[in-house]
Amino acid sequence: MSYFEFVGMIMPRLLRATVVTLELTAIGIGSGFVLGLLLALTRVYAHRVVSGIANVYIQFFRATPLVIQALIIYFGLPPYLAAMGLKPLSPFAAGCVALGLNSAAYQAEYLRGAIQAISSGQMLAARSMGMTKAQAVRSVILPQALRIVLPSWSNELIYTLLYSSVVYFVTLDDLTFVSMKIAAKYGRAFDSYSAAALIYLAIVVLLSRVLAYVEARVRIPGLSVDDRAR
Amino acid sequence: MATGTGTSQSDVILRVEDLHKKYGKDEVLKGVSLELRRGETKVVIGPSGTGKSTLLRCINQLSVPDKGRVWLEDVEITHARTNINHARAQIGFVFQDFNLFAHLPALDNVALGLVKVKKMPKKEAVVRAREELARVGLAEKADSYPAELSGGQKQRVSIARALAMDPKLILFDEPTSALDPELIGEVLEVMIQLARGGMTMIVVSHEMGFARAVADRIIFMEGGVILEEGTPAELFTCPRCERTGQFLRKITELYGETSGR
Repeated sequence: MSYFEFVGMIMPRLLRATVVTLELTAIGIGSGFVLGLLLALTRVYAHRVVSGIANVYIQFFRATPLVIQALIIYFGLPPYLAAMGLKPLSPFAAGCVALGLNSAAYQAEYLRGAIQAISSGQMLAARSMGMTKAQAVRSVILPQALRIVLPSWSNELIYTLLYSSVVYFVTLDDLTFVSMKIAAKYGRAFDSYSAAALIYLAIVVLLSRVLAYVEARVRIPGLSVDDRAR
Repeated sequence: MATGTGTSQSDVILRVEDLHKKYGKDEVLKGVSLELRRGETKVVIGPSGTGKSTLLRCINQLSVPDKGRVWLEDVEITHARTNINHARAQIGFVFQDFNLFAHLPALDNVALGLVKVKKMPKKEAVVRAREELARVGLAEKADSYPAELSGGQKQRVSIARALAMDPKLILFDEPTSALDPELIGEVLEVMIQLARGGMTMIVVSHEMGFARAVADRIIFMEGGVILEEGTPAELFTCPRCERTGQFLRKITELYGETSGR
């Protein structure tokens, strides 16, 4: 069987696995964003003690490998969950939790940097006209910070997609794990892995385009990273 | 500007009593008191680092004073029970470096406070914002972002932003110091119109032309206290304090009076 015939044959299985990878990425980046935003706001605006706790979280997840985090969540937690009367997580749930918690730490740092890059005068002006701190953050600080963070957030999205491959450790049938299984079954490692690589590549190219489009759409004069560099 | 002499207590819009403020060991305000009547314009002058900006920030509590009290009409702003946001909404503040909201076009900069603070419907707020932009001569810049405006235009938008809130008074913190000389005039012109139109304002500025044209009183601050307060004529001709005269001559030399039109 030629390379193309082989790839054509395994493609349906790979594409089904790709759906899992995309779901995992979407849930990971999405939940990571919500939690990361909360962590970033906590880091910048909360009381020192609370901010310190958020910092410990961020440092822990940035200073340990994602694989270890996934292994702890999937294999390490069940006895403790059982003690609390809870069922163990499915491989998919464990993968989502691991990616989400991990990505939250990175997104928190990007967002914190973006929030702190906004001139303090913006907050002063908002407060001086009678806005509450929460209103000022929501209507003045975040709309600017989110635009500034977009380029590094785009990288984070792509990393999350690629790093989602570590979930094969928790036996989830994502694109990476399925390509491993196919490689082993047919003894055609190069063919199987290169097909998987091409699928990852196609997704990244597509995502980059979409993100570049979004960046251009929300662009405001004087408020993008390249404007600042000039 | 005539502000009747027999003013009753109710004409006093702002009363500042014995404000003290320290930054670390540095005591920036050492007991400042003043009163502002409806329609009055007071210009605060003095060497840099004498607490002029701190005084303005302590009035609307952007800096919390260590001691002293501030009343807006009969409400004590410095009281712990006072809703500070409610008080601030009635006190306009114009910053030296404008601080326009960088992500919003001029129109939305002016409308934002109306929508968020005054809870005005968006449509109504936009109409009002257009009026205020027209008032400062920037109707045609409604859709421009701050980065697309000149310094003078930015400052005029920020004045429009303050005006839209229908403030009882406006505090100007060196509104022309960050501007290129050729842009100062357009901002001062707007401020002169405001003063003549009866707006109540405190202006920290060394534009003596402006002070002569519209100030009811000039306050000279140095070392965290008010050294002298008087009408422009009093301070220019026969200052009781020698120090005030010295300073006035120096800044008149430096800044000239080109801007008083």
